[in-house]
Amino acid sequence: MNLTLLIWRQKDARDKGKMVKYQVSGISEHMSFLEMLDVLNEDLVNKNEEPVAFDHDCREGICGMCSLQINGEAHGPDRRITTCQLHMRTFKDGDTIYIEPFRSKAFPVIKDLIVDRTSFERIQQAGGFISVNTSGNTQDANGILIGKEEADMAMDSATCIGCGACVATCKNSSAMLFVSAKVSQYALLPQGRIEAKDRVKNMIHQMDLEGFGNCTNTGACEVECPKGISLENIARLNREFLKASVK
Amino acid sequence: MSGFSSSSVGRKVIMSLSGLFLITFLLVHLGVNLTLFGGPELFNSASHFMATNLVIQVMQYVLAAGFILHIIMGINLELKNRAARPVKYVKNNPAANSGWASRNMIYTGLLILLFIILHLKDFFVEIKFGEVTSDYDLVTQLFKNPIYVIIYVFAFILLGIHLSHGFQSAFTSIGARKPKYYSCVKNLGIAYSYLIALGFSIIAIYFYFA
Repeated sequence: MNLTLLIWRQKDARDKGKMVKYQVSGISEHMSFLEMLDVLNEDLVNKNEEPVAFDHDCREGICGMCSLQINGEAHGPDRRITTCQLHMRTFKDGDTIYIEPFRSKAFPVIKDLIVDRTSFERIQQAGGFISVNTSGNTQDANGILIGKEEADMAMDSATCIGCGACVATCKNSSAMLFVSAKVSQYALLPQGRIEAKDRVKNMIHQMDLEGFGNCTNTGACEVECPKGISLENIARLNREFLKASVK
Repeated sequence: MSGFSSSSVGRKVIMSLSGLFLITFLLVHLGVNLTLFGGPELFNSASHFMATNLVIQVMQYVLAAGFILHIIMGINLELKNRAARPVKYVKNNPAANSGWASRNMIYTGLLILLFIILHLKDFFVEIKFGEVTSDYDLVTQLFKNPIYVIIYVFAFILLGIHLSHGFQSAFTSIGARKPKYYSCVKNLGIAYSYLIALGFSIIAIYFYFA
């Protein structure tokens, strides 16, 4: 396959940045999107040009490190996958592909396609945990009985890999799907109930401080989320917040 | 409470509750308008009741407050949301993952606001402060003006679009969304949007041709 790529190039955080056009040829349809970028970077290195910086780690769709807004969609046009799991067979020979970093005030660009997503980590630090004594007297996990349905829902919420596709795709750059998944995974389990009120308040407070936008329930995040985190989580977050506010 | 109204989720709850209040008001308004079909006597007495009943008079101020809160909060949230993405995408494909109505609430909302201003000038101010002898004549005369009817119908189509997202979104914002009843809420919202858009429009169109 031969492709035309329009890629966002930005030297550093202060650089203004611009789209640059590249041609790649000899791309196999079996390659992943990141492997296609590897081919481009090899070409650039051979030509003594600066390779395109992009985030990646496991390349197995589970670490949440890869990002990219591809043709105007987070992680590209396919559903329920991350960019590393997007294959070139999704595209046609001769296609033009736009590749941009995830855009949000709370995700500043570090270089080219790499954005700083530590705002998510600060939200987690604000309440995305339970306080457990790990001195050795820890209770056996099976000692607390949990219904299958609740356990499954908590597990579904916990599959969020924190990639930031929800923020990237939301017209408001809202982080509600991420925060709601993190709040839900604890809210649904008895261990999480103890600190539930402070958790939801503190995490939402931190989310607002980071400069994310407000959720308007467009549902775009749910569609683009590689893990299929549903809007039910956002409704649960709203309920948790209301409960915490009235008391 | 100050922490509540300054938080993003709290503001959405305020949007939601004021929206649900306005949704209820629209039903009452449609009910009164439907009495137009009963002739001048019925409509004028309904109109007289609305203008003199003590509860309605008090609710008028609550309604005004609801509108103002919904509008100010909506604009405030839109500005904050725009600021949350200072650099826009060169290529964006929002239609792939969300509906037009949900993405354009601010535009449908602002156009509806313009209509409300026009509407208040033509009806509310006239009836309240003008020298109107028959509210029925005022309304039916205005519906004889083709330009007015076009603006009127267009405004209610926009309102229908606004409600088609707003109705179900309001429920999600207050946390009332669970898989077992969500599709019911969504369908009810769509049915309600059609009822409002068609209900008001048909009255205007009927009296244009009548």
